[in-house]
Amino acid sequence: MRSLASLLCGYVFGWGLFISGMIRPEKVLGFLDVLAIPSGNWDPSLAIVMAAALVVTAAGYALARRRVPIFEQQNQWPAQTRIDRPLVAGAALFGIGWGLVGLCPGPAIENLASLSPGIVVFIVAMVVGTLAHDRWYARGTAPEAASLAHATAADG
Amino acid sequence: MSNFTPISAAIGGGLIGLSAVLLMLLNGRIAGITGVFAGLIDPLSSDRAWRATFVVGLIAAPLTAALLGYAIPVPQLPTSFVVIAAAGLLVGFGTRLSNGCTSGHGICGIARLSPRSIVATGIFMFAAIVVVAITRHAVGG
Repeated sequence: MRSLASLLCGYVFGWGLFISGMIRPEKVLGFLDVLAIPSGNWDPSLAIVMAAALVVTAAGYALARRRVPIFEQQNQWPAQTRIDRPLVAGAALFGIGWGLVGLCPGPAIENLASLSPGIVVFIVAMVVGTLAHDRWYARGTAPEAASLAHATAADG
Repeated sequence: MSNFTPISAAIGGGLIGLSAVLLMLLNGRIAGITGVFAGLIDPLSSDRAWRATFVVGLIAAPLTAALLGYAIPVPQLPTSFVVIAAAGLLVGFGTRLSNGCTSGHGICGIARLSPRSIVATGIFMFAAIVVVAITRHAVGG
């Protein structure tokens, strides 16, 4: 049932990215291109997507905090609170990659539906980057399956 | 602002929020694609099934949209595979190092008013805006 539930969630998420246009990297770049504001070519859509998603998520999480999940023992809320160097450096590296092509992980994976060669290259590189972190970098800094601890304690 | 699509953006954003809420109410999990994906591809992961079905659902959405007559969008990407691969490496490594991306930090984290996520989102937004400013406006593009 857990897998069916997350299938539904992934499907709804995918429709959200599709309908909002955020599946399209060129639309995301249209938001990030703030220097286009004076010429009137800026596309603020991404801000509306985030605002709508935040309102719904904040309201729903308020409800979820008072309940146990249906198919699990308990909610797994992220426990980390420290603003540390990995957070800052990682966000900066991610932002550079995001700005280069307009793809973040969700839309990148969803775009596999198009089987476009560029997307396949991006996903392979993203897998390499992810494993490079989990298998070598994190393993080197913290022993005992750091990657798995990460995977479950992640903010997202 | 001829490209601005506020209504479809609000509907789509609402659905993304609904997905995040459902995943917490049903499975008690944060809908962060970084965490979902990393736990799926990690060779030592023991918790793969729900992550795999989430990804299947994600990819199934545009495919069913195609059955309904919509075109599957073909993403416009840089012509250079080197640039695409470099971006993929940065996104993969960076999101793991900071433990989240646009969904985990930008939506789920900010919805929880997590200071970590607010800082991370500010940083990756700023970095991406700077990169776009350079690639579109400084490098003859």
